Amino acid sequence: MQIEMKGIDKSFGTNQVLKDAGFVLGHGEVHALMGENGAGKSTLMKILTGVYTKDKGTVIVDGQEVNYKNPQEAEKAGIVFIHQELNVLFDLTVEENLFMGKEIKNKFGFCDQKAMRQKAKEALERLGVQIDPGEVMSNLSVGQQQMIEICKALMVDAKVIIMDEPTAALTQSETVVLFEVIQSLRKSGVSIVYISHRMEEIFELCDRISVLRDGTYVGTRNIPETNMNEIVKLMIGREIGERYPERDCEIGETVLKVKGLTKKGVFQDVEFEVKAGEVLGVSGLMGAGRTEIMQAIFGNLPYESGKIEINGKEVQIKSPIQAMRNGIGFITEDRKVEGLMLEESIEKNISLANLPIISKNHVIDSKKERELVTKGIEELHIRCFGPFHECNNLSGGNQQKVVFAKWVYTDPKILILDEPTRGVDIGAKKEIYSIINDLAAKGVAIIMVSSELPEVLGMSDRVLVVREGLVRGIIDKEEANQENIMTLATGGTI
Amino acid sequence: METNKKKITDHLQDLGALIALALLVIGISIVSPEFRTGSNFLSLLRQSSINGLIAFGMTCVILTDAIDLSVGSVLALSTALCAGMISSGVPAGAAMLLALLIGTGLGAISGLLVTKGRLQAFIATLITMTVYRGATMIFTDGKPISNLGDSFVLKLVGRGNFYRIPIPVILLILIFIGFYFLLNKTTFGRAVYATGSNWKCAKLAGVNINKTKIIVYAISGFMSALSGLILLSRLGSAQPTLGDGYELDAIAAVALGGTSMSGGRGKIYGTFIGVLIIAVLNNGLNILGVSSYYQDVIKGFVILVAVLSDRKR
Repeated sequence: MQIEMKGIDKSFGTNQVLKDAGFVLGHGEVHALMGENGAGKSTLMKILTGVYTKDKGTVIVDGQEVNYKNPQEAEKAGIVFIHQELNVLFDLTVEENLFMGKEIKNKFGFCDQKAMRQKAKEALERLGVQIDPGEVMSNLSVGQQQMIEICKALMVDAKVIIMDEPTAALTQSETVVLFEVIQSLRKSGVSIVYISHRMEEIFELCDRISVLRDGTYVGTRNIPETNMNEIVKLMIGREIGERYPERDCEIGETVLKVKGLTKKGVFQDVEFEVKAGEVLGVSGLMGAGRTEIMQAIFGNLPYESGKIEINGKEVQIKSPIQAMRNGIGFITEDRKVEGLMLEESIEKNISLANLPIISKNHVIDSKKERELVTKGIEELHIRCFGPFHECNNLSGGNQQKVVFAKWVYTDPKILILDEPTRGVDIGAKKEIYSIINDLAAKGVAIIMVSSELPEVLGMSDRVLVVREGLVRGIIDKEEANQENIMTLATGGTI
Repeated sequence: METNKKKITDHLQDLGALIALALLVIGISIVSPEFRTGSNFLSLLRQSSINGLIAFGMTCVILTDAIDLSVGSVLALSTALCAGMISSGVPAGAAMLLALLIGTGLGAISGLLVTKGRLQAFIATLITMTVYRGATMIFTDGKPISNLGDSFVLKLVGRGNFYRIPIPVILLILIFIGFYFLLNKTTFGRAVYATGSNWKCAKLAGVNINKTKIIVYAISGFMSALSGLILLSRLGSAQPTLGDGYELDAIAAVALGGTSMSGGRGKIYGTFIGVLIIAVLNNGLNILGVSSYYQDVIKGFVILVAVLSDRKR
């Protein structure tokens, strides 16, 4: 199937999201769609699949102009959109999910369990994944759930599958499986539109890249003939320079020391230390226990044994409140679920962790609050309409900056960052790296958990590698590279 | 730009409830000369104080994404205990203070069930609602407790006036101001909203979720007990069935005021307007001689319209 979208305009109210957007998708190719957050990638795909209607422009599928009115129509034509937030029913079984709304019925009009089980099995086998069709969806890993979504697409005979950030929540090994599946889909003539921020993946997987900037089509490049710098330049319209800004700061005394931290079955005997002004990268596969270790240090997850020392003194941390009293700040991996009150203003969000600073005898000093929030918006370059702006309406990068602003002014001695740039576009990423560097320069000890190896390598002074709840090694910046980190993370030795 | 727009619609929405109230008052005033007298308005306000005080407490609970079904039973039990103490010779003032403490404690127990007991708020307060009502029946043996003597304080709370303004109305207004301050100007208020908006986020930002929940239930219990004292003062006796079904009027007032039942969003002055709408309906429909069966149907429809218009924005 070939698709050509051209001259697409789309406005929401007075806000024009797409202006002369489009791209051309060839038969059996994996086509990356790139652009900063808010560039209009998802909107363009939603127009293609009939979720939104366009204001202007044409969509041509196999030489015929089309105008899908809803996703069902697009699906019938063979175009399926797999959203970033997977569209699965967690309490139902795999098979019930696969046949949702298209159940096979017997002659009495009842569901034919047997036939569905058989067909589900076949479809899963064709995809080459080992999943029991009778398993309840919530027992599957995110990677497996995604496979079910792809399976669903194949069962309606999809010719084009659109994937929005498919690897954002996948482990390394699940990503490998996904890529294999995508390759075999391509061989069988299915075209894939691949939306992602992860440049390395795109260069590994895709055939061509189309770039959108501010809702406008900028250009398409063949992968072998381009490089990351050119793509970044297309995306942001200028040279971004070094992706990881230089950090020039003195590394001081040890601030945090963790000894023998253990929670059975989750992490064992975790030992490490972080110094003032240092960035300790924490790498490992998804599910290795990185997040749990950090949650335990922050008092949000009880542990069984082990010691935490801050500035040489043992401390008891049983709740986030105690962690904060001991000078620890924590930026969680999932800002939408744990990091922000999405329906509240920037102001209410920033002040939440700063209530002791902006109040006296529990009474809030509104003037102090406004000053703090204004300072946060300015210093961290949060692009918004002002302190009242609701966080829901901010881009991912700006949301993340609000989360940073919440913690920066609590004056932490130790700041734990869990996936600080997840779902953040390249421009905002660089700004966040600068914020991290500024904090390190002020003497904050920083622990940065990240699944993006280039980021870990670019930002860390030392890299700690976790595998199956154990610290497998700590590598100095000079010696760290993708190979030795991955070796440790996947069970090898160096 | 966008924030300004949002604020204007926000205000319009607040105004919406206010306009509804004004329309009701004007409408009923036109048809009923009895309704539009100063003394009727004062008595209407006095009637509204019972539900109003409970609804203020309920607002706090609902803002944390919880619910308190036990308010009517807390009211009954604390009032019965108060009456029992007075009739057995405890000075009325002391008995009333104790009743407020008991109400606070009874509320806090619901809070403990929700936090430490990890029960869902609906179930936890369904339990306390049932148990407290039963305890009231046991304590009173199912009979009203009267012979409350001739205490000045007790009479003052429900029947007293200050320059023609009934004491319950003055209490209602002062406590409204107190709640406004508490919810909008204090760190506790922020904790309440944050807990209801996203408790995971609040917890990670150093908000003590359990403490916040226990306190809102304690406040709700206190308000129920206070409301009960006004009733006791007005009725001169403690009925074991006192306060039955009061939770529904309180929840209705909170909903009318635009507070989200899933917490995090809502305003205390919205609740105040909701309380007044319900009071005007009760009072006005009574004066117009509408049968109480029809009254409930009409009340239901008013709530429906209010909630639907809330959804539109």
